[in-house]
Amino acid sequence: MDKLLLKLYITGQTTRSETAIANLKQIFQQDLADQYELVVVDVLEKPQLAEDERILATPTLIKELPAPVRRIIGDLSDREQVLLGLDLRPHTDADSEPGDQAQ
Amino acid sequence: MTTNVRNIVEKLQTGIVGFDSIANGGLPKGRTTLVAGTAGSAKTVFAAQFLVRGITDFNEGGVFVTFEETPDDVRRNLLAFGWDISAFEESGKWAFVDVSPNAGDDAVITGDYDLGGLLARIEYAINKVGAKRVSVDSLGAIFGKFQQQVIVRRELLRLAMALKKIGVTSILTAERTVEYGEIARHGIEEFVADNVIILRNALEAEKRRRTMEILKFRGTDHQKGEFPFTIVGENGIVGVPLSMVKLDQKSSMTRIKTGNEQLDQMCDGGFFRDSIVLVSGATGAGKTLMSTEFLAAAQKPERCLLFAYEESRDQLIRNASGWGLNFEEMEEDGRLKILCEYPETLGLEDHLVKMKDVIEEFSPTRIAVDSLSAMERGATTKSFREFVLGLTSYIKSKEIAGLFTSVTPSLMGGTSITEAHISTITDAIVLLRYVEMFGEIGRGVAVLKMRGSAHDKQIREFNIDGEGMHIGKPFRNVTGIMSGNPVYVTQGQSERLGQMFDEDDEGSVIIGR
Repeated sequence: MDKLLLKLYITGQTTRSETAIANLKQIFQQDLADQYELVVVDVLEKPQLAEDERILATPTLIKELPAPVRRIIGDLSDREQVLLGLDLRPHTDADSEPGDQAQ
Repeated sequence: MTTNVRNIVEKLQTGIVGFDSIANGGLPKGRTTLVAGTAGSAKTVFAAQFLVRGITDFNEGGVFVTFEETPDDVRRNLLAFGWDISAFEESGKWAFVDVSPNAGDDAVITGDYDLGGLLARIEYAINKVGAKRVSVDSLGAIFGKFQQQVIVRRELLRLAMALKKIGVTSILTAERTVEYGEIARHGIEEFVADNVIILRNALEAEKRRRTMEILKFRGTDHQKGEFPFTIVGENGIVGVPLSMVKLDQKSSMTRIKTGNEQLDQMCDGGFFRDSIVLVSGATGAGKTLMSTEFLAAAQKPERCLLFAYEESRDQLIRNASGWGLNFEEMEEDGRLKILCEYPETLGLEDHLVKMKDVIEEFSPTRIAVDSLSAMERGATTKSFREFVLGLTSYIKSKEIAGLFTSVTPSLMGGTSITEAHISTITDAIVLLRYVEMFGEIGRGVAVLKMRGSAHDKQIREFNIDGEGMHIGKPFRNVTGIMSGNPVYVTQGQSERLGQMFDEDDEGSVIIGR
């Protein structure tokens, strides 16, 4: 099974950045622990990466792998929206493994 | 108290022709200025030109933040003005921040966010090219990207503050929906800009007329009201600050030949070298002839320029040869340039800019405009007056002699609206009038005024033949020529009139009504 590659673009160590990171960790701890890799990119430190990815708003979460690429903007406070946005909740099948959906 | 408690707002020269003068020097330095306008009002050109001139004229780097068009589109569009953005980018003077719509942009939004990414990228780009100037085109588009208006407003304010803090002079563009009404959509002006410029592209007399207006410059001065501008290839926006033309032309005492010996005599030796002469007359009265002779009188190696708005080049050459003058040869020698155009082809501002360009390039010593009144067709009174003012002041500043013709609406006399507008600007006025006497049409010529010089006060008869214009004797015993209502007076009456003035010693006086 492919691991999720997530990149979270934030602007400095602000409350909003920290909220986003905390929210993200919480979501994945519940359902998908060890099935993802998270890279946090501070756009203040690496603006070229923000330029390459055409980041406009922060925090922006980008699911790079597996394809297709998905973007979520905001502090990730709505768990359902995040999972939906990452294609991790396409169906309502009770027995589906979230990791399988990403094939 | 320290000495630098408060600095006067400094101005940054934009390099946009005409704008700096209405802005009394340029944009407020280190501040943001909102440039608002309807679709097609040249906001993007203004924003881009601000950066381009910064690079070419002042060696100041620029950052272009594009929300609507892709950088590729911007590069291609600006190439039409001869601005090679790619070259600027290669030399490290220009950087794009591309925020244009992109296929991968549709993101899910959950919770609070800010535009930290955009800000970081703009700052990064500013540092990369050492930018002193930033253009953001256009703010309205960002409202389409995010639905949360409150957040967008908060973030735009932050953007404006950040730009100010960095110390760059920036232009933010915004859309308007109407030419006269709210400043910009979404009320952007209320929270992002100390300074507001409005670009208009209004329909006037079935023609588009572009104007710029500085609505406010916080803490510093500017010219008020709308100023026309035009957009020309190679130059982009060219302001025509006509109302700001200064009356500081030099004055020359050198006389030049009018092209007609008798007229020289009537003018006490000829026109002044830097004077504007208005020749007024009904159709067929001899205006084109007078302008032709005026141009042909230029001595080698003087060059002359003819702006013809009524007849074609071939017609003019034929006319000239009919009067024994060889325009073709003058053209071949490079001493004459004839520009024929229908006045309707361009707006007056465009005409003016074009005329200036040609004058600049050809550097003539004599210019004839035949006829100036043709330019009035389809123009508003205000723009026509501004056009004439702009043209005359330019010609004078170059110390060029100008001869404008003006058509009177009625055959026998009267004045045209054209004359009413420009007679005070001109230095000399020559009237050509039909004179009907005993069932015959004669022609009369008079020098109505000539600044700084004595001139013949008489109305003289003239005729036209294969060698041009021949001015003869003054009309005797005729009164009312000027008003277009000539009346023959008997010898006795004429003498009585003569006695009305004690010091008169010429025996005969012609009095207009």
